[in-house]
Amino acid sequence: MILLLQYTLIFASVLVLVALGGCFSEHSGVINIGLEGIMVMGALGGALTMKYLPPDLNAALVILIVILACVVVGMLFSLLLGVAAIRFNADQTLVGTALNLLGPAAAVVLVRAINMAEDINNVSTTVAYGTAKKAFTTNIGSFEFNWFMLVALLVLIASYIVLYKTRFGLRLCACGEHPQAADSVGINVYKMRYAGVLISGALGGLGGLVYITAGVSEWKFENGVAGFGFLALAVMIFGQWKPINIGLAALLFGLFRALSNVYTGFDVLVALNLPNTVYNMLPYIISLIVLVFVSGKSKAPKAEGIPYDKGQR
Amino acid sequence: MQTDRKRESLLRNSGVQTIIGSLLCIAIGLLIGYVVLLIINPAGAGGAIAAILKNYFYYPSHVAVLKYLGTTLVKASALLVCSLSVLFAWKVGLFNIGVAGQYVIGAGASLYCALGLGLPWYVCLIAAMVCAALVGGISGALKAYFNVNEVISCIMLNWIGLYAVNMLLNTVKEQSTPYTKSLASANSSALLPNVGLDKIFSNNEYVTIGIIFAVLAAIIVWVLLDRTKFGFELKATGLNKHAARYCGMREKRNIILAMMISGALAGLGAAVLFLCGIEQWMVQMTSIPAMGFNGIAAAFLGGSHPIGAIFSSYFIQHITSGGSYVDKAMYSAQISDLISAFIIYLCGFVFFFKGWLGRLLDKRDEKRAAAQEKGGKAQ
Repeated sequence: MILLLQYTLIFASVLVLVALGGCFSEHSGVINIGLEGIMVMGALGGALTMKYLPPDLNAALVILIVILACVVVGMLFSLLLGVAAIRFNADQTLVGTALNLLGPAAAVVLVRAINMAEDINNVSTTVAYGTAKKAFTTNIGSFEFNWFMLVALLVLIASYIVLYKTRFGLRLCACGEHPQAADSVGINVYKMRYAGVLISGALGGLGGLVYITAGVSEWKFENGVAGFGFLALAVMIFGQWKPINIGLAALLFGLFRALSNVYTGFDVLVALNLPNTVYNMLPYIISLIVLVFVSGKSKAPKAEGIPYDKGQR
Repeated sequence: MQTDRKRESLLRNSGVQTIIGSLLCIAIGLLIGYVVLLIINPAGAGGAIAAILKNYFYYPSHVAVLKYLGTTLVKASALLVCSLSVLFAWKVGLFNIGVAGQYVIGAGASLYCALGLGLPWYVCLIAAMVCAALVGGISGALKAYFNVNEVISCIMLNWIGLYAVNMLLNTVKEQSTPYTKSLASANSSALLPNVGLDKIFSNNEYVTIGIIFAVLAAIIVWVLLDRTKFGFELKATGLNKHAARYCGMREKRNIILAMMISGALAGLGAAVLFLCGIEQWMVQMTSIPAMGFNGIAAAFLGGSHPIGAIFSSYFIQHITSGGSYVDKAMYSAQISDLISAFIIYLCGFVFFFKGWLGRLLDKRDEKRAAAQEKGGKAQ
C-alpha cells in the first residue's frame, strides 16, 4: 500500500510538472506537443550531470545543480519550438512532433558517443548515475520520500499564484486568449510567448529528470520517456488548463500508472488475472474516456496554435 | 529580359517554391547531421555522411546493389503509404499523428490473420486496412461528435494499440524468441505475390506486388483529392467546417471518413511491409515503431502532395537504411533518425520561406517597375 502511494506520488509529480509546463505554453498561445522530446532532453542533461558530479558532494547542492542542469537543457531545447513557432510562424503541431523525434534521436546518438568514447565495446544507450541519485530521496519509515514530490507541490502552488495573481501571469493568459487585444494595450505578445515556451521547457526538462530517477539508478535512453509527455498533455486537458485541477488530474493518472507497477501486491487485482499489458494501457484508456467527457465544453485558450500576426485584425 | 521574366514566373510557382524549400530542408538537415558527426568524432564524419547517402552503393557488386535497392524500395513503399495517410488527413485539416498507431494495428491485424488464422494474403491485407480504418475512425468520431482534439486522441490510441497488438501477437510468437513466427515457414500463402518483380532485383524475395500497391495508392489519393467531388468536399471541410456545413456538406461524416481513409492507408502500409516477410513483430516492443512518424516527415518533405511523397519517402528511407552503413566503431545508426528529425523540423519553415521568397520577388518587381518609369520619363 505504501509502495502504491509512493509510486502514485512520484508519477503524479512528473505529470504535474510537465502538465504545468504545457499549461504555461498554451496559455501564452503556443501548443507544445513536443513535451515528450523536451522531457528526454531534460532527463539527458540531468543524467549526464549526475554522472560527472563528484560523489562526495553535499546532497542539497547535488539536487540544486542537477535541477539547474535539466532546466537549462529543457529551456534551450524548447527554444527550437519557440523560434520556429513565434518568429517564423511555423505550424506548431508539426514542429512539436519534430521535437519529439529529435529529442530521443539526439539523446541516443549522444549517449552512445559518450559510452563508446569511454569503452569502445560499450554500444549501449544507458547512463548510470547511481550514487548521485541517493541525494534525492530520504526514508520516512518505509516510505521513500523523494524531494521532487515537494518540488512539484511548490511548483504547483507557484503556478497558481503566477497565473492568477501576478501581472505577468494575467498578461500571459491574455496573449493566449486574444493576442491582438493584448498587443493593443502595450503587451509584447512575442516576448510573452517566448516566456511561455521557455517555462514549459524548464518544467518539461525537470519532469523528465524526475521520471528517469523514479526508482531506478540508470536509464536506457533508447526507451525515451514512454509517452509520459503525451500523458501530461492529457492531464492538462483534463485539468482544463487550470493549475489546481491539473494537480488533481495528475494524482488520478499517477494512481493508474502506479497500478501497473505494483498491482501484484494486491490480492484483489492479482485474482482478476489480467495480463500486465492491460495495466500499461489503463492510463491511456482512462484519459481517452475522460477526454470524451471534458472536451465538449473545452476551456482551451482561444488563440492557441495560431501564429500571431501583428497586421491581422 | 524575356528569359528573366520566365524564370521569375517559375520562381513564383507554388510547386517550384515547395520543391526548392524541400531541397533546402534536405541540404540543411544533412549539414546539421555532418556537424553533429564532426563534434562526436571529426575523423570519420565525411565518410559517415557519404555512407548514409550511398546506402546500398556501399556494395561493390552490381548484384548486391540491386538486391539492397530492392530492400530499400520495399521499406520505402510502406513509408510512402504511411506518408499518404498523413497528407490525406492533413488536406482535410486533421493532423493524423495516429498514423503510427494505425500502422501498429495494421501490423497486428495482418500478422494475426496470417499466423493465427492461416488466411491468404489478400484477406490479411484487407483485414489490416479495415482494422486500422476503424481505429482512425474512432479518432474521427471523437473529433466530430465530442470535440476531442484528434492529435491527443490519436496519441492515446497509439499507445493503446501498441500494447493491444503486443498482447495479441504474443499468441503467435516463436517459442524461444520474442519475435512472431516467420511467414515463409508458418503460412506461405500469406506472403504477398512477387509477380516477377523479385527477378529484377537479383532474386530479392521481399520485392512484391506491395510496391505496386503503394504507387497505385499514391495515384488514387491524388485523383481522389484533386479530381473528384468527394475530395473537394473533404478539402472544403478542412478549410472551414462551418462553411462546409452551410453549403450542405455533411461535415461530421466527412471528418470521420477522412480519418478512416487515412487509417486504412496506414494499415496498408503495415500490410505491405509485414506481409512480404522482411520483418517480424517483436512482441515486447516498448516504443511505437518509427515508420509512422517517418511518414509525417515524408509527407511534409514531399510538400504534402501525393506525387511528391513518392520521392520524399524514398529519400527518407534511403538515408534511414544508409544509417546502418556508418562506421559503428565511431557512430550509431540513429544519426539518420536525427537527420530526418531535423528535416521535419525544417519543414516547418517552408511556409515562411515561401512567403519570404514572394516578398523578395515583389520587391524586385517594384524596383524594376520604378526603374522603367524613370527611364520612360528621361526619354
